[in-house]
Amino acid sequence: MPAVQETVEQVRRIDVDQYKYGFETPIESEKAPKGLSEDIVRFISEKKNEPQWMLDWRLDAYRRWLTMREPAWARVSYPKIDFQNIYYYAAPKKFKAPKSLDEVDPEILRTYEKLGIPLREQEILAGVVREDGSTPSKVAVDAVFDSVSVATTFKEELKKAGVIFMPISEALREHPELVRRYIGTVVPVTDNFYATLNSAVFSDGSFVYVPAGVRCPMELSTYFRINEKNTGQFERTLIIADKGSYVSYLEGCTAPQRDENQLHAAVVELITLDDAEIKYSTVQNWYPGDSEGRGGVYNFVTKRGDCRGRNAKISWTQVETGSAITWKYPSCILRGDNSRGEFYSIAISNGHQQVDSGTKMIHLGKNTTSRIISKGIAAGKSQNTYRGLVSAHRKATGARNFTNCDSLLVGDKCGAHTVPYIEARNSSAVFEHEATTSKISADMLFYCRQRGLSAEEATALVVNGFVKDVLQQLPMEFAVEAQKLISISLEGSVG
Amino acid sequence: MLLEIKNLHVEIDGKKILNGLDLAIEQGKVHAIMGPNGSGKSTLAYVLAGKEDYAVTEGDILFNGESVLDLDPDERAARGLFLAFQYPIEIPGVATMTFLRTALNAQRKARGEGELSTPDFLKRVREAAGKLEINQDMLRRAVNVGFSGGEKKRNEILQMAMLEPRLAVLDETDSGLDIDALKIVSEGVNRLRSPERAFIVITHYQRLLDYIVPDVVHVLSRGRIVKTGGKELALELEASGYAQYQSEAA
Ligand SMILES: Nc1ncnc2c1ncn2[C@@H]1O[C@H](COP(=O)(O)OP(=O)(O)OP(=O)(O)O)[C@@H](O)[C@H]1O
Ligand SMILES: [Mg+2]
Repeated sequence: MPAVQETVEQVRRIDVDQYKYGFETPIESEKAPKGLSEDIVRFISEKKNEPQWMLDWRLDAYRRWLTMREPAWARVSYPKIDFQNIYYYAAPKKFKAPKSLDEVDPEILRTYEKLGIPLREQEILAGVVREDGSTPSKVAVDAVFDSVSVATTFKEELKKAGVIFMPISEALREHPELVRRYIGTVVPVTDNFYATLNSAVFSDGSFVYVPAGVRCPMELSTYFRINEKNTGQFERTLIIADKGSYVSYLEGCTAPQRDENQLHAAVVELITLDDAEIKYSTVQNWYPGDSEGRGGVYNFVTKRGDCRGRNAKISWTQVETGSAITWKYPSCILRGDNSRGEFYSIAISNGHQQVDSGTKMIHLGKNTTSRIISKGIAAGKSQNTYRGLVSAHRKATGARNFTNCDSLLVGDKCGAHTVPYIEARNSSAVFEHEATTSKISADMLFYCRQRGLSAEEATALVVNGFVKDVLQQLPMEFAVEAQKLISISLEGSVG
Repeated sequence: MLLEIKNLHVEIDGKKILNGLDLAIEQGKVHAIMGPNGSGKSTLAYVLAGKEDYAVTEGDILFNGESVLDLDPDERAARGLFLAFQYPIEIPGVATMTFLRTALNAQRKARGEGELSTPDFLKRVREAAGKLEINQDMLRRAVNVGFSGGEKKRNEILQMAMLEPRLAVLDETDSGLDIDALKIVSEGVNRLRSPERAFIVITHYQRLLDYIVPDVVHVLSRGRIVKTGGKELALELEASGYAQYQSEAA
């Protein structure tokens, strides 16, 4: 694409040191001081015009958080976080937005280019705000997707189906009874240090409610992608699929995401009632830090789904390539009889990245089933740990789990670790576990290179083959991008 | 000369395998290399293709007049060197079709040519696969995974046909083939014979050379070429074996 090429060339000419995108914090009046206190929690809640019960809930979380300690069991190491040195409330766009792609980090542009993202869409992703202050997304999206009409069509279509899809801050005002009924029922306020922190200070996130019997008429990803918002570092998402409904939701973006906030502590809660299904896919590509691993995002996320009804189903699919540290265990509580949980994961670490990720499948109901397919790829000097728990309650007769957990090492300075925990409290539970760790095969690479592939292309091809079972679980359009993303994440891992 | 190997000495893990091997191949020619097990035939093929772990301690390999010793395997491939493996490698999860396309485009890119369009590519694969009696289903399966021995060898020839190399080294492509497959594969090779393209056919059996008639036959023993002759040399070997050459070389 010549247009992209041109821009990239232009950007290359700019002195990289002048570039300040994303890490600057200009003075603004609409900002609370650094640090966390009850006053700050009140301030956040007030800014969002929240109902009293929400404030009380936040304050309760805050007081409990004060008594908690950061978990230390994960295989990750990082300097101690000073929680009083963080801003917990700021107007959504507090960083100085680039005025055009000329001001965007060339590295990011190169990645966009490799991902094949159209030029206009690159502007949205990079958060460009034009000189005249025109909203970047609208202009750009107009060109790419004919946005106004597309977005409106989407909205109308969702409305017609009765699906509620809006920022959780808005849902708190428009559907407080729904939010109140479900928030914190899957990830309790006191669940863990980061989830509790999130409960006290969460900024925003998505709220989805799919009414009984409704099959959401579109992948919510499609909509989400073009309406990407800066939701801040403490994201909170709540998705409810009422009886017999279905929804597929995609979070994140293959394009690299820079953020001025180093610490991210999101909470995602999913609830499926009888015969309902939620398919939740994530592509996470936060900034992993520089070549020495400095400045990357710490991603401490709590994601959990509750199959609350009979025959309920929740499926997590994740492609994790970014962040300096990933601490993430999307889990399923299989409460309803015959309910099913699935976890499909690709976690790639390169450079100095540290990944400790996996899942928990908690079988409580009868004849519940779960399936875990995890593919970890460690390259460079990274550490990649799969940590998984499968448990069957005393009453969970007929529980079944199948776990397949493969790790692939690229090079010899990285590490892959598998830490499975299995607890079966009844004798009828059948848990199968397969795990392999292998080094990327020199013979395979040589075979590919004999056919003309460069060392990097060969590695990417072999890795893409390794993760194919999981890639297939992603919605089509993202599978293609994710595949390219995998190649990009492995750059610099060979030779 | 398309290929000139001069006084080639090769070691692996400190063990000497090739000891002063000389070989020159002109464009358009087919050279057969025969020799006892362990004499260094596959080693020669790997060294030509640039496999790491093989240390060239002396001598040189010129391809089109240029030394390739410092070139990576993919650079050699892009210059037109192809190796049909004695034991083709399996690549789980990568469809044969994807593999072919990635390889072809990588080579084209390295040569400064544009990517082949999807319809053009598909047309070429279907044609080439059809001639080798490889069905579409096999093209969708992961590279060599679960392929029978004969299917793997046919897949090697398919790759050769798609990549159109200047020099193809066929390392025991006939072993594991039934009689019908042997014919199909030989015809595949013969179709590609042209004044610009040369072949090195490594085999243990003179039967293959009935189908792919060589211009020159070499005997490799203990890491060197110990005898060179016409196609009748293969027949001679079939009758008398390698004993005389092994002692001669010793
Ligand atoms: N990695 C290695 N380490 C040590 N010795 C090796 C290694 N690879 C090959 N060799 C030895 O090098 C010699 C030549 O092997 P090569 O595979 O080239 O023989 P070949 O002529 O192709 O035999 P065949 O007809 O059985 O295919 C053999 O003795 C083999 O054992
Ligand atoms: Mg051999």
